[in-house]
Amino acid sequence: MAEPFLIGENMTGGYGTGADILHDCTVSVDKGQIAVIVGPNGAGKSTAMKAVFGMLNLRKGAVRINGEDITGLSPQDRVAKGMAFVPQTSNIFTSMTVEENLEMGAFLRRDDIQATIEQVYELFPILRDKRSQAAGELSGGQRQQVAVGRALMTQPQVLMLDEPTAGVSPIVMDELFDRIIEVARSGVTILMVEQNARQALAIADKGYVLVQGRNGFTGTGQDLLANPDVRKSFLGG
Amino acid sequence: MNPAIKNPLLFALVFSLIIMTGFLNSWNVALGILNMGLISAVMALGVNLQWGYAGLFNVGIMGFVALGGLGAILIGMPPVGEAWAAGGTRLLFSLAVAAGTIVGAVVLWGRMAAGRARTLSMLALLIGGFFVFRALFDPAVAAIEAVNPAGTGYLGGLGLPVLIGWPVGGLLAAGAAWIVGKTALGLRSDYLAIATLGIAEIIVAVLKNEDWLSRGVKNVVGVPRPVPYEIDLQNSASFVARMEGWGLNPVTASSVTVKLMYGLLFAAVLLLMIWLTQKALNSPWGRMMRAIRDNEVAAEAMGKDVTRRHLQIFILGSAVCGIAGAMMTTLDGQLTPGSYQPLRFTFLIWVMVIVGGSGNNWGSVLGGLLIWFLWVQVEPMGLWMMDLITSGMGDDSGLKKHLLESAAHMRLLTMGVILLLVLRFSPRGLIPER
Amino acid sequence: MDFLNAIVAFANFVLVPATSYGAQLALGALGVTLIYGILRFSNFAHGDTMAFGAMVTILVTWWFQSMGINFGVLPTALLALPFGIIATIGLLLFTDRVVYRFYRRQKAAPVIYVIVSLGVMFIMNGVVRFIIGPNDQKFADGVRFIISARDFKTMTGLSEGLAIKASTGITIVTAIIVVAALFWFLNRTRTGKSMRAFSDNEDLALLSGINPERVVMITWIIVAALTTIAGVLYGLDKSFKPFTYFQLLLPIFAAAIVGGLGNPLGAIAGGFVIAFSEVTVTYAFKKVLKYLLPENLEPTGLVQLLSTDYKFAVSFAILIIVLLFRPTGLFKGKTI
Repeated sequence: MAEPFLIGENMTGGYGTGADILHDCTVSVDKGQIAVIVGPNGAGKSTAMKAVFGMLNLRKGAVRINGEDITGLSPQDRVAKGMAFVPQTSNIFTSMTVEENLEMGAFLRRDDIQATIEQVYELFPILRDKRSQAAGELSGGQRQQVAVGRALMTQPQVLMLDEPTAGVSPIVMDELFDRIIEVARSGVTILMVEQNARQALAIADKGYVLVQGRNGFTGTGQDLLANPDVRKSFLGG
Repeated sequence: MNPAIKNPLLFALVFSLIIMTGFLNSWNVALGILNMGLISAVMALGVNLQWGYAGLFNVGIMGFVALGGLGAILIGMPPVGEAWAAGGTRLLFSLAVAAGTIVGAVVLWGRMAAGRARTLSMLALLIGGFFVFRALFDPAVAAIEAVNPAGTGYLGGLGLPVLIGWPVGGLLAAGAAWIVGKTALGLRSDYLAIATLGIAEIIVAVLKNEDWLSRGVKNVVGVPRPVPYEIDLQNSASFVARMEGWGLNPVTASSVTVKLMYGLLFAAVLLLMIWLTQKALNSPWGRMMRAIRDNEVAAEAMGKDVTRRHLQIFILGSAVCGIAGAMMTTLDGQLTPGSYQPLRFTFLIWVMVIVGGSGNNWGSVLGGLLIWFLWVQVEPMGLWMMDLITSGMGDDSGLKKHLLESAAHMRLLTMGVILLLVLRFSPRGLIPER
Repeated sequence: MDFLNAIVAFANFVLVPATSYGAQLALGALGVTLIYGILRFSNFAHGDTMAFGAMVTILVTWWFQSMGINFGVLPTALLALPFGIIATIGLLLFTDRVVYRFYRRQKAAPVIYVIVSLGVMFIMNGVVRFIIGPNDQKFADGVRFIISARDFKTMTGLSEGLAIKASTGITIVTAIIVVAALFWFLNRTRTGKSMRAFSDNEDLALLSGINPERVVMITWIIVAALTTIAGVLYGLDKSFKPFTYFQLLLPIFAAAIVGGLGNPLGAIAGGFVIAFSEVTVTYAFKKVLKYLLPENLEPTGLVQLLSTDYKFAVSFAILIIVLLFRPTGLFKGKTI
C-alpha cells in the first residue's frame, strides 16, 4: 500500500517533561479524505492531533507529510508546509473583524488573497454578510466558521480540526460537517478530533478510536460504526 | 556550597565590609552605614513579607515609610498648646466631618437601590460634605499655622517617649495599606503596583503640604531621642574619665557610643521581626500563604479566601515598613518630607529584596545591609573612578568637569545593573528560598 | 460681557492647558498600552524612556542652535525630534535584545517583567541624569504665542485674555497627526493588523505564521516614537526635568488603566479624563466666579478644590474609582 499523505507514526510522548500521554499511537490520512479521531475523555485525542502538528515533543515516532519527514519542525514551519490547525478554543481573533481574521490566516502569503477570501465566503455565505463585524460578536457556530475559514486562508493541503462542533447546536453541527465534506471534496486532506463520535464517523473515510493514548480500533468510518465492540464501549449501544 | 556555610559567610562578608570601612574611613561612618543598613533590613523584611510570601507587588514603600516617620513625630514631639488652643478642636471636628461624610456615602451606597437617584444623592452628599469640611478646615489650619510659624506652626505630638511612636508608625502605615489593599487587591497584579505608587506620592504630598500636621517642607527637627545626646555624654565626668581611661577621644567616643546604642536598639527590633517572620513562615499560616502564592486557583478551590489573606499580609508588610520609617525618623532626629524619593525609598528596597533572595527572610536582611552599603559607597567609588578616567584630561576640560559632577548619578546606574544581573543570572537571590 | 469673560477665563486657565496636557498624557498612555497589549507587562521605565528621548532631542537642539540652524517660527526641537526618536529606538531595541528577550524566551510571569523594568528604569534614570544632569533644562525657541493674552484683549475688547502658547498648538497638532498615523497603521496595514492579532490571541497569531519577534520589534519602534514625541512636547510646554518625567508615570498609568489597559482608544480618552480632572480640580475658580456671581456673593477664598501639590491625588482618586466600579476601564481593555 502506498504511503498515506499524512502520517503520525508510532508517536510516543507528552507535554513538556511530564508523563507520556501517547503510547505508540499511529494516525494517518490519505489525500482528500477525512480521518476522524474519537475516543473517551482523556484518551489523548487532542494530544494525538497536537503531536501531528508539532505542539509537543515526541520521544519516539515520526510525522511525515507527502513522504517528507517533518518531525523536527515547529508548528509555524508546518504551516508553511501546508498544514493548518483549528484549535478547540480561542480559535479566532475576537477583537478583529471577520475579514481581518481571514487576512491574518493568510499572513504568510504574499500573493493576492482576494480569491481565497471569496472561496471562504462561498463556503460560508453568512461570513460575507458579517465581514466587517468583530468576530467576537458572532454566534458560536459562526465563530467556528470563521475559525475554519481562517485556517483555509493558507490554502492548506491538510486541515486539522480539534472538536470543531464543541458547543454548537445539532443543526449547526450538521451544517458544519457538510461544509467539512465540501472542503475535503476540493482536495484538502482533513484530520479531525470529535466528541460527537457517531456523526463524525458517519462522514469519515477513516476512523481511529483511541484508548488511553493507544490505538484501540482502526477502520473505515462505516466499519467502526458497525463494529459491536466499538458500539458497546463508545457509541452507547 | 552548602547553605549552612555559605550563608554565614555572606553575612561575615557584609560585616567585614562595614568593619573595613571603620578602619579605612571612620567608625562613625561605619556605624552610620550599619544603622541605616539595619533599618533597611527591616524595610526589606516588610517587602519580603508581601512579595516573598504572597507575591504582592508593592511599589509604594516610600509612602509607608514616610507615614511611619509621621507616627514617630506625632508621638515623640511635645504638643504645641497654643496651636491646639487656636484651632486644634476645630480641626479635629472638621476631620470628623470629612470621615463622617465618607462613611455616610458608603452607607448610602449600600442602602439605596442602584440607579440615578443613588448616584446623585451620593454625589450631593460628597460634594456638600467636602465644602462643609473645607469651610471648617481652612480657618482652623490658618489659625494653627499662624502660631509661631518659624518655630512650630503645627499641632505637635503627644510628647510621649518616641519609642511608642514606632508601633504607632506601623499602625498608620497599616491604615493606609488597608485603603489601598481594599480597592486594588483581587485585581490584576499591575493594578496594585500602580495604586501603591499613587498612594505613596499622595502621602508624601500630604506631609509636604499639610503644615499643621508635619510642618511640611519646613521639617520637624529635634525629635526626642531614645538614647542620650552626645553633648550630655561629653559633659558627664564618668563617661569622659572612662573613655580617656581607654585612651579614646571623648568627643569621637560619644558619637560612636550613641550610634552603637541606636544600633543595638535597631538590631533588637530586627531580631524580633526576624523571629516573628520566621515563626510565621513556618506556621500553617505561612504555608497557606505560600500555597496561595504558588497556585492561587488551587488555593481558592480549597476554600481559601485569597483576597482576604492577601489583604492581611499586605497590611502586615506595610506596617513593618512603617515601623522602619519611624526608626529612621528617630535616627535622623527629624522628619524631612522633601527628602522622600521613590528611587531611594521604594525601588532601592526592591533591589535589596531581589538581591538578597525573595521569599527568604535572612536573604532580605543580607540584601538590606549589603545594598545599603553599596548605595553609600558607590558614590565615592564612582568619584574615584571618574577621577581616574579624567586624570588624563586638562583641568579646563568641560567634559572632565561634567564627568566629575555627574559621578553622583552612578549609583542609580549601578543599582539598576545589579538588579538586572541578579534577576538574570541568579533570580533566586543570594540566599534563596528553601 | 461678564459671562463671556468668565468663559474666556475658564478656557484660558482650564480648557487650553488641560487639552495640551491631555494630549501629552494620551501619547504617553498609548505607549504604555501598546507595551501592555503586545509584551503584556506594565513598563515602569516608560517615564524614563520619555526623559531619554527628550534628552537626546534637547542635546541635538542645542547643537543645531549652536550652529545657527533653526526652524523659523517653530521650535528647533521639532527638527531635532527625528534624531531623538532614532536614538530612543536604538536604546529600546538594545534593551529588548539584552534584557527583555531572555525573559520572553523563558515565558516569565508578567510581574517578573515589571521588576525587570524597574531595573531598566534605574539604569535609564541614571543615564539621563549622568548625561544631562538632574536640573531643569530649557530648549524652547521660536514664536512663543499663537495668540497672546494682550492681542486677544485688543481683538475682542474683553477684559480677560485668552493666550494660546505655540507649544500648545504644536502639541495638539502633533498629537492628532501621530494618533491618526498610529490608528491608520494598526487598522489598515498588514503589519499593524498582525500586531492587533498578536495582542488579541498570541497562540493563534503564531499558528497563522506571525513572527512574534518582529511584532515585538515594531512595537518597541512605535513606543520609542511615541515616548520621544510625548517627552519633547511635554518639555516644550513645561520644562525638562528628569524627575518630573519619572513622576509622569502615575498619571500616564492612570490614563491607560482608566481607558482600559491594552486599548489605544481608551488610552487617549483616559489621557484627557485625567488631564481635565487634574486641571479642573486644582484650578482656583475665583476668577471665573467673580464674573458670574453678583458682587455681594463674590467668593473670598480662591475656590480651589485642591492645591496643585495634590494633582497626583486626582489621578489616584480617578484610578481608584475606576478600579472600584469598572476594573476593565472605560473602554474594554486587554486587546489592541
